Parts: sequence; C-alpha cells; structure tokens
Amino acid sequence: MTAPPAAGPPTGTDRTGSAPGPTRPRTRRRVDRAGPALVLPFALLFAVFLLWPLLAGLWTSFTDRSLTRTESDFVGLANWAELAGDPAVRQSLWTTLLFTLITTPPLVLIALAMAVLTQRAAGIGWVLRFSFFAPFLLPVAVVSLIWVWIYQPGFGMVNGLLASVGIGEVNWLGDEGTVLTAIGAATVWWTVGFNYLLYLAALQGIPAQVYEAASLDGAGAWHRFTRITVPLLDRTTALVVLLQMVASLKLFDQAYLMTAGSGGPDHAARPIIGYIFDTGFTGLRIGYASAVSYLFFAVIIAVSLIQFRLFTRKEGAA
Amino acid sequence: MTAIAQAPRSGTARPAPPAPGPGRRRRPRITPLGAAATVSGLVLALLWLLPLAWAVLTSVKPEAETTAVPLRWLPVEPTVEAYRQVIARGDIQQWLINSTVISSLVTLLTLVCCALAAYAFSRTAFPGRTPLLALLVAGILVPPQVLIVPLFDQMTLLGLVDTHLGVALPQVVAPVMVFILKRFFDQIPHDYLEAAQLDGAGHLRVLFGIVLPMSGPILAAVGIFTFVQSWNNFLWPFVATTDPSLMTVPVGLGTVQGAYGIQYAQQMAAAVLGAAPLIAVFLAFQRQIVRGVTDAGLK
Repeated sequence: MTAPPAAGPPTGTDRTGSAPGPTRPRTRRRVDRAGPALVLPFALLFAVFLLWPLLAGLWTSFTDRSLTRTESDFVGLANWAELAGDPAVRQSLWTTLLFTLITTPPLVLIALAMAVLTQRAAGIGWVLRFSFFAPFLLPVAVVSLIWVWIYQPGFGMVNGLLASVGIGEVNWLGDEGTVLTAIGAATVWWTVGFNYLLYLAALQGIPAQVYEAASLDGAGAWHRFTRITVPLLDRTTALVVLLQMVASLKLFDQAYLMTAGSGGPDHAARPIIGYIFDTGFTGLRIGYASAVSYLFFAVIIAVSLIQFRLFTRKEGAA
Repeated sequence: MTAIAQAPRSGTARPAPPAPGPGRRRRPRITPLGAAATVSGLVLALLWLLPLAWAVLTSVKPEAETTAVPLRWLPVEPTVEAYRQVIARGDIQQWLINSTVISSLVTLLTLVCCALAAYAFSRTAFPGRTPLLALLVAGILVPPQVLIVPLFDQMTLLGLVDTHLGVALPQVVAPVMVFILKRFFDQIPHDYLEAAQLDGAGHLRVLFGIVLPMSGPILAAVGIFTFVQSWNNFLWPFVATTDPSLMTVPVGLGTVQGAYGIQYAQQMAAAVLGAAPLIAVFLAFQRQIVRGVTDAGLK
C-alpha cells in the first residue's frame, strides 16, 4: 500500500505555474452572487446546530433552566459560584486529567513502535496494518462489551491468565484503584490504530537514502532510530500528542459503558463529560450542566492553545 | 471519543514519493534486523488480536462453557446457538439498518454541503467571505460534547428528538471538512476553470463537471472518514434517541448490554455482529480507508 501523500491535485493534473489560489486576484466578479448561495446550506446547518446551541448554552448557564419545567429564571452567576465549590466538578476534572496523563504516553509510544515495526517487517505489512488498526473501527459499545467480559471477575480472560501464573483475582472495573487504568488499557487497545496510521504515513515520507547514507557511515539500528527517525518525526509527534491529549480529555463513552453508567465505584471513573451528562440528563439541571460544559470547553481551549504555542515555537526553532 | 481532526494544518505528510508499500519493499535479502522486526511485529499483532479472538471464541461456545474455570480457550462443543438467539431477538438487524441510514445520510449531506461551501470559499469572492471562513474555522475548536446539553434542549423545541434527522443533522456540521476540501480546490490550476468559464459554464457546471471529478480521492477520504465517525458516534445518538427501534448499533448495544444478562456467549455474538460491517468494509477498502483516516486526521 502506498503512503497517502498530503492532498495534492490528482496525478495527471498539469501543475505548472499554478500557485495556490487564495492570494490570486479574483477575476469572476460578475457571477459572484453564486458564492453566498453555495455557502448557504452549510452555513445554515452551522448556525442552527453549532453557533446557536453554543450561544444558547452560554445564556442557559446563567439561568436555573431545568428539563422538568418550561420556564426558567435568570440567576446571574449562581451556577458558576456553585461550580467553583462543587467537589464533584473537582473530582471529575481530576479524573479526566489523570486519564489523559496515563493514556497519552502509551498511545504515542506504542503507535510509534507499531509503525516502525510495520515499516521494517518483511512481507507481513498488511497483517500488521489490519491487526493494529482494526480495533479502531469497532463501535464503542462493542469495545465495552468485549472488555467488560475480558475483565470479568471469576472467569474473564485477564483474571484467567493471571490465575495461570499464580496471581490472585482482581476486580478490575469494580475497584476504585484499578477502574480508570483498566478503562485506559482498553482505550489504548481501541484507539492506538489512529496514531499508528499517522506515524506510518510520516515514516513512509522519510527517504530511504537517508538511512542508507547513515548505514554506510556505520550507524547501528538503534542509532539510526534515535538520531534519524525520531528527530525527523518531530512534527508528527507534536501533532499526535496534541490530537491525543484533546481526544483523551473528551473521555466519556467507554467510561460510561464499561461502568454501566455508574461512573465506577465512588465515581472514580466519571470524567467531566460524565458529570455534565449526569447533571443534565439524570439530574435534569440544564442550567448548571451548561455551566459545567463551558468549564470543559475552557479546559480544551486552554490545552489546545498551550500546545499550539509549544508546537509553533518548536517549528520556529527548527 | 476518538481523535478527531482538529489540528492546525501540519506539513507532516510531505508529498511522499509513491513509495512501495512495506509489503513490497525491494529488499534484496532478509536482514537479521528485518527478521527481528517481523517476529516482534507478529507478536504484537497477536497480542492486539487477542481480545477479538477471545470475543469470537466466546461467541461460539455454549453458555455453560463460557464460565468454565480454569479458563478454556477453545470451545469443546462449538455452536452458533448464541448467534441464533441474538438474531431471533431482531433488534440488532434494526440497529444495523438505522446505522446504515443515518451514516449514509450524514455522509451524503456532509459531502454535498461541504463541497458547495468549499468551492464558494475557494473560487468566488463575495462580501463577508473572509470573516465567514474565519468563523467556520473557529468552529473546528468547539468539541461536540460541549453542545450536547443545549442541543438536546433545542431538538426538543424543534420536535426532532427520536427522529433519524435529529440524530443526523448535527453530525453534518464538520467545518474541518470544508477546510480540507477548500485547500484541495485551491490547488486546482485556474487555467482549467477559466477555460470552462470562457465557454460559458456557470459555477455549478464548473463544480460538478470539472472540480469534483478531479477531486475523487479527497472526496473519498472525506466521505470514508465521515462515515466511520458517524457509524461509531455514541454520545449524541445516545442522547437523541430513547426509542430502541430508532437506535444505532453503538447506542443499541450500549443500552441493552443488560438485556443479554449474564449470557456471555450472546453478548459476544452481539458484539461480533455489531463489529462485522466496518471490519468487512475495511478488508475490502483497506487502502482507501487508511488514506481517508490519514488525510482527514492530518489536516
């Protein structure tokens, strides 16, 4: 399988003298009325299903809106004040950060290892691509069904394997100390394939001559990996880490399903989105849930901005 | 959920020379290093397939065998009874149909709306074009999870709760796809389009007659990525449907997890049936899917 090159004109297109478009002078003013009409369908959906709920959510966070009655009152900063002192907010936020911290390193390192092995392995490329990427295609409910069964106390696979080497039984999803790690391991298995593909594409972009030259200079395999591969993958790694952290911060689906909606013992596996879900759809407190949603939004934006700064600085230095 | 393209554009995948796939590398002989990589790769691959194998093996056991202690890998008396039971319930077929309808709708609408908008941003000038594009790009930063609560409130008002349209429409709003397509359209040489327009072709004819036919691979990439994402989307469809007959595969399987009770073979049979369609599609279109995910992920 060939490396997917970054989007370019299809082959066979005459590229000569074609600068990318945006800065070119526009020459078709007479038919320009078509522009707004073509944008309209998407802009309409964007306005109704993104912009409007975004603004409505901000407004709702200043009200006591509830799903149990139709009218609601403006309560000023009451929701925000409550949020600041709510131990459940603090706990779920911490759970989310902890999950991000424990899943990001394996999700990046294992993906890199898989990509390097695929690149070097002879003749079994497609087997590896299938094995590593297939879990990514599973719906989250399937992943949860399988892993709840794997972690099952009594006759599950993990405990069965541990028993065969003489280690006692662990109630992986039922113990406050292990539940988040257990969900993390399932998540690594499920989603590492995405990062793997990004690394694989980047690896295929490194010209073979670079390695050949290094080999002639007597560089060993490990040396080539640390001195050539890793530095050349710098930008990919920055991108993968960024995407992965944002993805991990959005933890909800598998944590919800693998704990049967309970958030685990003492809510040890309830992420911030889980708390939004519980207050909004179980507690029916739309106003307060909106405030927590905005807090989550702020965290995502903050992390993205910090990483974007680091990312661009690195690029500038290179 | 999974990593979604939200990154600023990166130059990670530089236009690589169309390298031969790893499977067909022109390696004169197998080096010790290559052999070591092959062996470690296989070991890791087996480890990664283990959970799937365990699920499939469980699904073909009689229920009584699933809880054997100590653990037995292979069924003593293999049976498809669990599959028969799950299929007889009938709901998984319904969910597969719902998922197919909703994901197709989302994919079709995304391709049409995003391609029209991308073309307009790429090839026409109109007042407000730049601020509007900036607004759409800023929309990439909004995680869909933030909108769940107000969106549900709004859907109740619009009467779209428990409808396929209500599940599908919010998923069409993927500004990143407009951005990806616009960048591609920007690279199509102007000469092509100008020649057509001198011949009197309007924007729609240029778009459908020239631009889209030249954009096959990128449209496939966007379409595949959108379809997979929509097929596996959980949170919004979960919030937006309460009627089991309208649920998608992830929501249905997630909701009735309890319904199979402690029938582990049936649980795993349901899981295998829920996983099968995308795995089959992947085996058939491995190349396109890998490209779709990489392209959409990298932009």
